[in-house]
Amino acid sequence: MARYLIDRLWQSALTLVLASIVVFLGVRALPGDPALAMAGEEADPATLAAVRAQLGLDEPLPVQYLQFVGKALGGDLGRSTRTGTPVIDMIGATLPVTVQLAVYAMLIAVLAGMAGGVLAAVYRGRWPEWLANGFSLTALSVPTFWLGILAVVYLAVQLGWFPASGYVSPLENPLRAIYYLTLPAAILGLSHAAVVQRQTRSSMVGALTADYVRTARAKGLGRATVVFRYGLRNSLIVVTTVIGLQLGGLIAGAVVTERIFTLPGIGKLTLDSVFTRDYPVIQAVVLVITASYILINLLVDVLYTLVDPRIRVSGRAS
Amino acid sequence: MTTLAVPAPVRWRALQKLARNPMGLVGAILLLIVVVAGVFAPWLAPYPPAEVHFATPFQQPATVGFALGTDDLGRDVLSRVLHGTRASLQVGFLSVLLAVVVGVPLGLVAGYWHRLDAIVSRLTDLMLAFPFLVLAVGLAAINGGGIGNAAVALGIANIPTMIRIVRAETLRLKDTDFVLAATAMDAGPVRILGQHILPNAISAIIVQATVIMPAAVLGEAVLSFLGLGIQPPAPSLGIMLSDAQQFLFRTLWPGVFPGIAIAVICLGFNLFGDALRDALDPKTVSEGH
Repeated sequence: MARYLIDRLWQSALTLVLASIVVFLGVRALPGDPALAMAGEEADPATLAAVRAQLGLDEPLPVQYLQFVGKALGGDLGRSTRTGTPVIDMIGATLPVTVQLAVYAMLIAVLAGMAGGVLAAVYRGRWPEWLANGFSLTALSVPTFWLGILAVVYLAVQLGWFPASGYVSPLENPLRAIYYLTLPAAILGLSHAAVVQRQTRSSMVGALTADYVRTARAKGLGRATVVFRYGLRNSLIVVTTVIGLQLGGLIAGAVVTERIFTLPGIGKLTLDSVFTRDYPVIQAVVLVITASYILINLLVDVLYTLVDPRIRVSGRAS
Repeated sequence: MTTLAVPAPVRWRALQKLARNPMGLVGAILLLIVVVAGVFAPWLAPYPPAEVHFATPFQQPATVGFALGTDDLGRDVLSRVLHGTRASLQVGFLSVLLAVVVGVPLGLVAGYWHRLDAIVSRLTDLMLAFPFLVLAVGLAAINGGGIGNAAVALGIANIPTMIRIVRAETLRLKDTDFVLAATAMDAGPVRILGQHILPNAISAIIVQATVIMPAAVLGEAVLSFLGLGIQPPAPSLGIMLSDAQQFLFRTLWPGVFPGIAIAVICLGFNLFGDALRDALDPKTVSEGH
């Protein structure tokens, strides 16, 4: 297992380096000359060269890349060309909001999805399964951001059950923070709940018809014990995998959810920076999201080896 | 043809199995409606999609002249839904095409030559490192939004899975007797991959395409909703939802129909894809036998 983990760690590091090169080159491919933008259109060649030297743009590309990485590792991601604020501060202010939203949504997705999946598997061919299948098919087909818009109109504005927008920091008031995030998180979690439910159901069905479960039942163990101790344990592995696979969708969903509920998260920062062509912010946001994506995927894989004894022994995933 | 692909009777049986699956049939009918609506949108739509009628904004559905009502600028919702469906299908088709054109050869190469597998795997990891929205953000920053931007971002996002599926199929088929026989008959790698392995991997590729399509349609709606995909005044279901959101408190209708259209497109592909997977999988025994 140690060998597998080391391999995996080294792969992630390599991917991270390659991804940072892509981001770096991507910014260089942007239209417009940053030195010209800073010095102004009428600047003489000498001033332009000075600005270029100051920005490090006169160095060869590999040197520029290393400088970029060195600064980024030191927490210096540049300044917003629009507001002049250090980008790292802007990310520091917005990232926690998105993380809270994503974690809350995943929590809802896992709990609701596993509950639905277990019900569908235990009551196979009866109405709970039909209900659960209908739910998952609908949740996977209906665009959840559309449901979000409808939820704002009905649940928030007309019925007044939830706030339609806004964000409260949990450090200020934990209960209000949960109250404000519940509707966005439920909307974001919906389609992921459907995926978790489908996977839980199929792995539970497989487990419940397996020989070792029949043996356990024959031994006289209660139905509940069998379902939860034997069946559910297997589906935990599946759920871990699903969470890993769903991450990309979760990030995209978070950006949309933030837009609908006007939450001050990293998605809003990303969109604002794209529309105002604030390149340092775009570069930093893309880098931060990609890096955290790679790291979380690594974590999921590590978790996976801990949950599934088969991987622990053979040292290979799938 | 001297290919050793799946013999025709198996495909025929798969088709029969597909026809007997009620859910698949519902999916096929939905898809037929969607494709006809999309392909013939310019002829079916009563108005040009961007034509404004300032005298009649916010008309209710079933108004004379505007079957599904009008939006804030008096544009005909039915015409815009039809053209938006067309745009959604275009993006979906282009991203499937990109995923197939790039993913299939790479998957074949990775599965066939063990030495190249590591390189392709790193490339796959690299592509997987960028969530599709981040890709779309980057592309939008470089070339601005647009239908191509959405299709490329969604296509790239779907390349890794396509590579993995084709790679797995190649690995499985590489050791079969008929490939061994072809090798013994001095067939080169191009011939083996093109004539023996690819035809047998087609089922898996088609099934994956039915998975990519609805995801791409949803993705296009999301990107256009955020302003990163198709740019107004070009019609898109996502843009319609974004426009409708601003006037939700006056009327809900302009936001209802594009949402239903997206749901119908995705439901069609999901149902049809599920049925197709069951039909092409030799392990699922149909009830009839």
